[in-house]
Amino acid sequence: MTAGRGAGNLAALAGFAALVAAAPWLLPNDYYLSTLILAFLNAMIVIGLNLLLGYAGQISLGHGAFYGLAAYTTAVLTAAHGWPVGAGCAAGVALTAAVAYLISIPTLKLAGNSLAMATLGFGLIVHIVFNEAIAITGGPSGFVGIPRLALFGRVFESDLEYYFLVGGVLVLLAWAALNLIDSRVGRAMRAIHTSERAAEAVGIDITGAKRFIFVLSAAYAGLAGVLYAHYLCFVAPSSFGFHFSVTLIVMVVLGGMASVWGAVAGAVFLTVLPEFLRAFEDVETLLYGAILVLCVVFVPQGIAGGASRLGRALLARLGAARRPHAP
Amino acid sequence: MDTASLLQYLVSGLTVGSTYGLTALGFTIIFNTTGIINFAQGEFVMLGGMLAVILGQALGLPLVPAVLGAVALTTLAGGLVERLAIRPARGASPIQLVIVTIGVSILIRGLVMLLWGKDTFALPHFSGMRPILFAGAAMLPQSLWVLAVTLTLLAALRAFFTATIHGKAMLACSHDPGAAALVGVNVRRMVLASFMLSALVGAVGGVILAPLTMTAYDVGILLGLKGFAACILGGLGNPFGAAAGGLILGVLEAFGAGLVSSAYKDAITFIILLALLFARPTGLFGARSADRV
Amino acid sequence: MKTVRLFAVLAAVCLMTLSLAPARAAEPVKIGAVLSVTGPASFLGEPEKNTLLLLQDRINAAGGILGRPLELVIYDDETDVNKCVLAVDKLLKKDRVVAVIGPTVSGNTLAVMNKFPAAKVPMISCAAAEKITRPVNPWVFKTPQSDRQAVARILDHLRQAGLSRVAILTVSDGFGQAGRAVLAEMLPAGGFTLVADEIYGPKDTDMTPQLTKIKGLAPDAIVCWGTNPGPAVIARNRVQLGIRTPLYMSHGVASNKFIELAGEAAEGLLLPAGRMVAVEQIEDGNPQKDVLAAYVADYAARFGAPPSTFGGYAHDALALVRAAIETSGSAEPRAIRDALEATTGFVGATGVFNFSPEDHNGLDPSSFVMVGIENGAWKVLR
Repeated sequence: MTAGRGAGNLAALAGFAALVAAAPWLLPNDYYLSTLILAFLNAMIVIGLNLLLGYAGQISLGHGAFYGLAAYTTAVLTAAHGWPVGAGCAAGVALTAAVAYLISIPTLKLAGNSLAMATLGFGLIVHIVFNEAIAITGGPSGFVGIPRLALFGRVFESDLEYYFLVGGVLVLLAWAALNLIDSRVGRAMRAIHTSERAAEAVGIDITGAKRFIFVLSAAYAGLAGVLYAHYLCFVAPSSFGFHFSVTLIVMVVLGGMASVWGAVAGAVFLTVLPEFLRAFEDVETLLYGAILVLCVVFVPQGIAGGASRLGRALLARLGAARRPHAP
Repeated sequence: MDTASLLQYLVSGLTVGSTYGLTALGFTIIFNTTGIINFAQGEFVMLGGMLAVILGQALGLPLVPAVLGAVALTTLAGGLVERLAIRPARGASPIQLVIVTIGVSILIRGLVMLLWGKDTFALPHFSGMRPILFAGAAMLPQSLWVLAVTLTLLAALRAFFTATIHGKAMLACSHDPGAAALVGVNVRRMVLASFMLSALVGAVGGVILAPLTMTAYDVGILLGLKGFAACILGGLGNPFGAAAGGLILGVLEAFGAGLVSSAYKDAITFIILLALLFARPTGLFGARSADRV
Repeated sequence: MKTVRLFAVLAAVCLMTLSLAPARAAEPVKIGAVLSVTGPASFLGEPEKNTLLLLQDRINAAGGILGRPLELVIYDDETDVNKCVLAVDKLLKKDRVVAVIGPTVSGNTLAVMNKFPAAKVPMISCAAAEKITRPVNPWVFKTPQSDRQAVARILDHLRQAGLSRVAILTVSDGFGQAGRAVLAEMLPAGGFTLVADEIYGPKDTDMTPQLTKIKGLAPDAIVCWGTNPGPAVIARNRVQLGIRTPLYMSHGVASNKFIELAGEAAEGLLLPAGRMVAVEQIEDGNPQKDVLAAYVADYAARFGAPPSTFGGYAHDALALVRAAIETSGSAEPRAIRDALEATTGFVGATGVFNFSPEDHNGLDPSSFVMVGIENGAWKVLR
């Protein structure tokens, strides 16, 4: 069972990697690369958030803030204090994880809507600091002059190079998430989701497991944040607000709870969708809202669940078509 | 710091706080029936205010019919939301329903923007704009309207949920829909009623607030956010907690802006809110646990 | 024999088609625009978009640019920096426009500015921040005046009125931040005392706490920097609290919508504004009078309301690009850039532009006048 799933995971991962690698040649125009880069960055956050929400059953409306915290940290360190980009990125992710650890201490004692409120409050406070600490963050109009990503003496100047970097990191993060889910921690997570009391009764360290997942998912957001800052070379508070945190939750649910590939699909779908809706101009907002509602109504299992159901249905039909020939 | 200023902060805080409290009341009704947080609650408030403005300006209706018409139309909109978006998604988990309400809120905003544009509109004050002065603090008559309507709605909702069979039936739906159906409660009709009722409460809030705060297609976002915070602070499901939570938030903001820093007033408010939440996870006035997502 | 004749006819037809083609369907001049038509800055982006559509029709009705039709490609960035970056990429890589108008807000402009030297396409921003044109980026221009020029007008007025202790109340968005920075620098430098520096949120609906605090400090004047609806709330709150201290607003509220929202509370307020708010009061002989009269009349006829100051930023951006193409006789990006930089004495809706390699804004404080609100209407102060 586990071996079979492991092989399936590896096959899916290889397929996804091949798709990512081939995409630039399938796209009709270079412009779509920048859309995909942003979609992949969102996918990284959503994979992490799905570990927390889909597998461990803990909500966070503060992931926009983690994303921003990492982006601003590396922005300030590299642009204002002359740190090398690699060190700035490492510091950004580390600080985000440390902050997540600290706030997880009081926050994860809460559940449900109280947890949503606590993480939402944290996100709002961080957003206000981005806006008001003008001397450090540049305030509402943003922080300029962030260098492009340079690692090991190599500057990722073109969008194509950056695309491959972001795509590669995404594949690695998906791989790590898949492994985690099949590990001891993964089983503990799902046990917590099903019943905290039962999990506790069989000796699972609930607090430790929850905190680990919370910090890990914040680190996923942090990694996306530093890659975002060094891609755009500009950050502004409006990218990391309440609205973005809510959009991330929508991506998790529309993609499919408790599914790594669902997370990727949800993030890519909702990032690319507005680009397609742009042609509708004034009706765009209305259509976007309507599509969200229709998705939940017609594909309640999310994109991943819907796709796998569709796959099963097709297989069943194939099987049914083949069976009459059998003796 | 003189007492007149302190009194003024209190008055301002109570005025703003009752706008949050009014929005929060609407959350309570749907939560008590379905157990979901309705992200479109702020949009109901916005619809109330915007429709009153449109009925008044475009159709030339006097204030009273415009206000009544706006409340009636918004209530209808609440019913439509339930029939067209919530009911088709039955069987979905609570978090999926929350996503539906997020979609609905975006859709309503988009629709209002398309129909009436992005401008801000002002509604006339109900009883003039001459401020009422006492002990050096100034208050607009509209603020008294807002406070009075908040208290009236609060009393009515409390009576509804504790003393009427319909109110109790709604509460039963949230505790256990299956059991409620078994004892003869029509759960579907109760959910529909809860959406219409909360749209009505939201619209009443919207028309009362519009003269004071002005209105536009996007005012529902902030009101929804603060209303949700007020609910959690007061204790989800408790109308009294929702109203009190709103007033506390408003007063904290006013004193934060006046005495500490106007730039960080929201941050100060949320830090205090988080501290209270960590101390009392079910809210200040919440008794039963609220462990839903 | 028949085949030969057939070939001859075919050849003739082909030749005729070839010779007619350029005259019949001249390649359009493609100009891009990225504007915040929706989102928090839609009050800026929407009149800008309307203005561009108006000018496009006007230009094409008059025979286009260099005899070629003008084709505008307008994208809405929803006031979101990510969408703005994507939209600019699309304009540069997919639509291959020869010049870009916008973005609407400063943050978005700063985020995309560096793409233009790489793409070798000129950009004319509709955002005000000084950082956009100082230091000069050879490919980047802007049409709005800097906040410094609006503040200079207010300070002149304060000085004439003999007011020295000033409180400021600014909104916590990009517009307010820029104004606050300039006020905090220019007030002390001009010999004024800054007695209070208060902030309000763009969505706040009650500013009585800030005004109560300011009232307690007894300043000679209050300067508010924000865009609708916040300043209207502040004007109303000021009346509610019985504050008689003069209140100065920014050019951000120079539209009739502000007077409508603030109602009677707008009486007696002062602000620097472009001449557009009161075209009929422009002194005869001012070159801007005709430009503005035509623009305001056309806009009101098509969209049912007069334009706001912000529409003028887009008006001038497109008019400048058009003039640059016509003077250089080429719609190539580099030729447009060079001609823009050499533009002098260009009369726009916002002011008279004099670009140079050192100045890519080209305006001076004379593009602002001080106006007051009397009996619900704008009154230019002399």
